[in-house]
Amino acid sequence: MTTNGVALSAPLGMLAELTHRCPLGCPYCSNPLALDKRADELDTATWARVFCEAATLGVLQVHLSGGEPAARRDLPEIVKAAREAGLYSNLITSAVGLTPQSLATLSDAGLDHVQISIQDSEGESADHIAGYKGASARKRKLAKEVVNLGLPLTVNMVVHRANIDRVEPMVDLALSLGATRVEIAHVQYYGWALKNRATLMPTREQVEEAVRQVELLRAKHQGRIVIDAVAPDYYARFPKPCMGGWGRRSLNVTPAGRVLPCHAAEVIPGLEFWNVREHSLGDIWRSSPAFLEFRGTDWMQEPCKSCARRDQDFGGCRCQAFLLTGDARAADPVCHLSPHHAAVAELAADRKDAAYAYRTS
Amino acid sequence: MMDGPAMQVSDVSRPRLPRGVRLAHNEAQGCWVLLAPERVFKADAVTVEILKRCTGETTLAAIVDDLAATFAAPRERIHADVVQLLSGLAEKKLLDLG
Repeated sequence: MTTNGVALSAPLGMLAELTHRCPLGCPYCSNPLALDKRADELDTATWARVFCEAATLGVLQVHLSGGEPAARRDLPEIVKAAREAGLYSNLITSAVGLTPQSLATLSDAGLDHVQISIQDSEGESADHIAGYKGASARKRKLAKEVVNLGLPLTVNMVVHRANIDRVEPMVDLALSLGATRVEIAHVQYYGWALKNRATLMPTREQVEEAVRQVELLRAKHQGRIVIDAVAPDYYARFPKPCMGGWGRRSLNVTPAGRVLPCHAAEVIPGLEFWNVREHSLGDIWRSSPAFLEFRGTDWMQEPCKSCARRDQDFGGCRCQAFLLTGDARAADPVCHLSPHHAAVAELAADRKDAAYAYRTS
Repeated sequence: MMDGPAMQVSDVSRPRLPRGVRLAHNEAQGCWVLLAPERVFKADAVTVEILKRCTGETTLAAIVDDLAATFAAPRERIHADVVQLLSGLAEKKLLDLG
């Protein structure tokens, strides 16, 4: 099967944003500035149907995310439905709002993996970043509970100017909590993070040192913990292969049921997203206008169109191209071949310490 | 805590997939896959035969014996293949050597 001249592949992963509600206020939250309301959230039965449709389509893993997914009282039923559909389920949680009891219920329901966000290795700083006093202590307690239940734990650490110099203590913390995997994720500048960019942006020297630290720590802890890193792209020469290509490997369902090629896609004006309330997931993947818009390479213009790397990085990120150049078909300006590349360096140099604009709910 | 590579696989190891790592046949993709935290690996036929025997009860030596008998192949070569696969997976935290 082909679409826009490329073989249509099956998606491997689905991000299920169960709710946008969250007790934390992280200033780099990946949720959109306009949050879906509780009253518009999909019900349990609809999620169960979507999971079955996803498995039929080829999806292997579902990432139960938010907001804070534990804000949904039916989370155990949702986990059970994912398991029954044959999907591998990953809970992406702040851990605030979970208790040892509710965690045990989720484990019994068939949950496969838990990812807990920790904002910093220093508790006070972590609470400040999350905008929630006491969050850090609760997260550490729950992380240990995950390990006690025999569930594999990933610790997700988002790094930015306030904590980027602490990569080593962050990895040590993840190890001490019993995590088998840690993500060192440099902030990606969309939505709330874009709003807070000048406050969050590290210096080039800090970023280079953090990347060096990750390499050293990988060698030091080989066989004990897997360290994955999400690259800081404002200082890169080539763009990230965003989502592994638009509409190629994954999809995202919002709390209200809209299906997006990535969680930020709604910032691009004029895209038509279909909703799981009206269409099957398979139809949306194959035929919805938003997925067709940038699938493959036909949409590209120069310098992407004739670039040797076009099937490797897919022109980078469409959302970033739009946000920084005003044209979603342009090369991601992070790429040194983009005519807008110099402007990215200027944006990265615009750093000032200010109070965070916390995500609101 | 230990430094450097974790434990070595030996003939008395009783390997098993830890919680959160599952071998599954995917109908839609028409292949076997190893599902792990944030990762998916395609599993070829040899890998599948080895991992199906990693129950946590059978020793590595017995797994190799079984494979050698089932596929009428030289034990030495199978032993080398199994050790290589299992230590690689253990390093990626995808296998408990037990």
